[in-house]
Amino acid sequence: MTWEGGAALGILGIAAPAVPGIAVKTKSLLTGRRGAPVLQLYYDLWKLLRKGTVYSRTTTWVFRAGPVVMLASLLVATLFLPLDGRAAPAGFAGDLVVFAGLLALGRFALVLAGLDTGSSFEGLGASREVTIASFAEPTLFLCFIALVLATGEISLGGMLGTPLAVAWPRAGASLSLVGISLFVLLLAENSRVPVDDPATHLELTMIHEVIVLDHSGPDLALILYGGALKLALFGVLVVSVFVPRADLSGGVAVAVLVAGVALVAVAVGVVESIMARLRLNRVPQLLVGAAVLASFGIILQLH
Amino acid sequence: MHNAARLVLLLIVLSDLAVLGTTRLTSCIRGLAAQGVLLGLLPLLLAPQLSVHAVSLGLGTVAVKAVVLPWFLARAIREAAVRREIEPLVGFIGSQLLGALAIALAFAIASRLPLPPTQQSLLVPVSLATLMIGFLVLTTRRKALMQVVGYLILENGIYLFGLTHTESVPFLIELGVLLDVFVGVFIMGIVVFHINREFDSLDSTRLTELSD
Amino acid sequence: MRLLAICALPLLAALAVLGLPVFRGRRVPVGLLAVIALTHLFLVATLWAVPEPAALGGWIAADPLGLTVLTLTSVLFLVTVTYTVGYLRREKPRSGRVFAGGLLAFLSAASVVSLAQHLAMLWVGMEATTLSVAPLVFLRRDRRSLEATWKYLVISSVGIALALLGTFFLASAQVDVPGRPLVLPDLLEHARELHPAWLRVAFLFLLVGFGTKMGLAPMHTWKPDTYAEAPSLVSGLMAGALTSCAFLGVARVTEVVMAAGLGSFAQPVLIGFGLFSLAVAAVFIIGQSDVKRLLAYSSVEHMGLLVLGLGLGGVGAYGSMLHLVNNGLSKGWVFLVTGNIVLATGSATAAGNRGLIRTLPVSAALLVLGLFAVTGSPPFGLFMSEFTILRAAINAGHPWIAAAILLMLAIIFVGMAALVLGMALGEPEPGTAPVRESPWLVAGPMGLAAAVLMLGVYIPGPLHDVLARAATALGGTAP
Repeated sequence: MTWEGGAALGILGIAAPAVPGIAVKTKSLLTGRRGAPVLQLYYDLWKLLRKGTVYSRTTTWVFRAGPVVMLASLLVATLFLPLDGRAAPAGFAGDLVVFAGLLALGRFALVLAGLDTGSSFEGLGASREVTIASFAEPTLFLCFIALVLATGEISLGGMLGTPLAVAWPRAGASLSLVGISLFVLLLAENSRVPVDDPATHLELTMIHEVIVLDHSGPDLALILYGGALKLALFGVLVVSVFVPRADLSGGVAVAVLVAGVALVAVAVGVVESIMARLRLNRVPQLLVGAAVLASFGIILQLH
Repeated sequence: MHNAARLVLLLIVLSDLAVLGTTRLTSCIRGLAAQGVLLGLLPLLLAPQLSVHAVSLGLGTVAVKAVVLPWFLARAIREAAVRREIEPLVGFIGSQLLGALAIALAFAIASRLPLPPTQQSLLVPVSLATLMIGFLVLTTRRKALMQVVGYLILENGIYLFGLTHTESVPFLIELGVLLDVFVGVFIMGIVVFHINREFDSLDSTRLTELSD
Repeated sequence: MRLLAICALPLLAALAVLGLPVFRGRRVPVGLLAVIALTHLFLVATLWAVPEPAALGGWIAADPLGLTVLTLTSVLFLVTVTYTVGYLRREKPRSGRVFAGGLLAFLSAASVVSLAQHLAMLWVGMEATTLSVAPLVFLRRDRRSLEATWKYLVISSVGIALALLGTFFLASAQVDVPGRPLVLPDLLEHARELHPAWLRVAFLFLLVGFGTKMGLAPMHTWKPDTYAEAPSLVSGLMAGALTSCAFLGVARVTEVVMAAGLGSFAQPVLIGFGLFSLAVAAVFIIGQSDVKRLLAYSSVEHMGLLVLGLGLGGVGAYGSMLHLVNNGLSKGWVFLVTGNIVLATGSATAAGNRGLIRTLPVSAALLVLGLFAVTGSPPFGLFMSEFTILRAAINAGHPWIAAAILLMLAIIFVGMAALVLGMALGEPEPGTAPVRESPWLVAGPMGLAAAVLMLGVYIPGPLHDVLARAATALGGTAP
């Protein structure tokens, strides 16, 4: 692992909470408000870490383990991404399946923790979240397949690193479609509008928020940080597909990555301010649309 | 020019998918108008050099397919006061998946056809895909107006295929084809208006009185 | 010059009717219709006497196939116009302009289709015939005709679109082959050099596309509704002239395919469609209660026979051409007579009509004779043409096809006779008085009946000559 890769990992870990902040700030500015400061999540995390936790009597160790497993899986998943644009800290052939599996593991742990409380609201949110995930996962794999076809590599480090820069001139159109599809996936996996509204207060309309309703204190801090990290992770995915950085020098590549993720956060904010949340039965249609885009990218490759 | 034409053809496929996925009729009309503009750009991008033929064909196409027909259909929507398409016969998700299948089939078929190598290699697959998607919209949608939109997309696909033969189909014939499409949709629009008046809805599944 | 006039005159008249303010109001300009019809027929007749070379750079010419269809259309148009005189005394269409304009536009479009040697021009004309007839189908503006018009428009438009694609495929077949693209004489001259793969696909698409306009099964679903809901004179024109124009489209591509040596590919396809159409017609005719729907299925049957004749080759091609003429004339005849019945009693169904031989003696007699004609009984002309097609089947070594055809024709006869004889014979409702039949309404059908009768016994020399040449062009022989 190069020092740029290590530096990028560190920057990602530290700067992740700023990413949702940028999105919220953009949305506020576009809707005519001043909005919370960009660094708001840091203050929330600091506040939560110093609080005590309250555990319901109906919960078991599953409830306590949920946030920890989720964050751990995310951190391991980060290792497979080539943050410096060339190679990833860890990687092997077929690690894209492990990547998807780790994300799924994190989601699974959270959902189990939510179900563990025995509350019907969490159950409602859990079933919705898993439904959306069942459409999102195939789409993610379709995007990965398109990348595999473009670069000829089946390791994430290769798919998003140097071979991708080589493949761009030939497969540009297809990769753009994959990038758009990944952006829609970003919105779905991170519970942003139009899939889920992170600012809603009504339990009946929440999806992700309601699963974590019962967590408090440091547990909630872990979950919030994990959510920010996941958003940053998907941002890295989108930026890597659109902007191949293998030709740039190490420091510049990392800087471009940071700027790119910030830009993606702004884009998320823009989308949130333009669109309203979709009705729940229309969310699968959105994800199938993204899958169709990715499959069109695959068809273009095969042509 | 080659890359610009390639981009336009990809955007045409995206506009097909957009029409397949949307529920609002006005969005469908806008997608159709966008397709008309893209189709008008293509003769200019494909011609080896700018000729009067290519420019006038492009302008004529844009005028009919991107301006007049969408305006006419939008007026029909206003008169009939319909807003949304109800669930098509295969469902919206089914439509999207069938659309993706149509695109895959189109590319597969196009790779087997004996085409002269000088052609823009995306033109035939995109034309076949547009054709099939137009047919899909025509047969699976319930609202009569959507069936007209499907017919227009079908015609767009055939027009695209015709662009591979700009020499053999003289200008006069292309004008005739455009005119035919225009008059056809005009008459369809009038019939749709009357359907709305008589049946108080544009749901074509209600047109079931005649049968054996 | 004459060729141009044949195509352009009706179009100019149509534009005048639709555009000039003097034609506003509900009155139909029958005088104008009559003048155009007579002029058109006169010009076409002179083409028989004094042939004219190709015009418009070779794009339009009167070859034997086209001349046959053109003459048929012109004759049917004139008869329809004479009928209209009597018709308008009983019924007034909502818009006289649309009625006259649609008829004239149809005549122009059909002339273009008949004379076109450039296949894309043929397509434009074919689409124009579809569109010009649509407002006529819709004349009564009620729910049922609305539904019929919608089905007709959608199915026909899709069929025509497929035919356009087939035309483009044909142009693809001509790439790198000498000759003007899509011009028939050049296509025929260099037929052996055309790319066979493209030619086969083009044939299939053009057959399906124009077959939709013909009303071949399984693309026939618009026919019963459309023929039933349109005014009978419009249905007669459609069944006689429009389907013949569509058959011309199929025949043109068959010409090219036969000249290219792909007969072994094309013929089984044609035979398949033909037999399927016969079968569908036979099944749906049993139990029909509406005469116009019955006649629509009969039209499907005859279109099947036309395509069968093409597919069987040999004298079958001649049989098809003769059948084209016979079918056109007899369909016009029977539909006009049905129109008389509808005008008198208000319906064309068995429930509304009994004992017509007493209330409408002339029309009922013509209807019964028409039944015999349309089902192929001697001495009418259709017997000769169907017999020729049967002969072709046996000559080609397919006796079982001939047997199948005979079986289905027999079923069709039984089904049609059940309805028609039931309506014509028997006791009329008490209180219905015999209706005085206007000579305008029966002159046309009688003339057509006489023509069909004559063709059953004697085929005039010039006609035989033209039909034989057409048959040769289609890859067949004359008897």
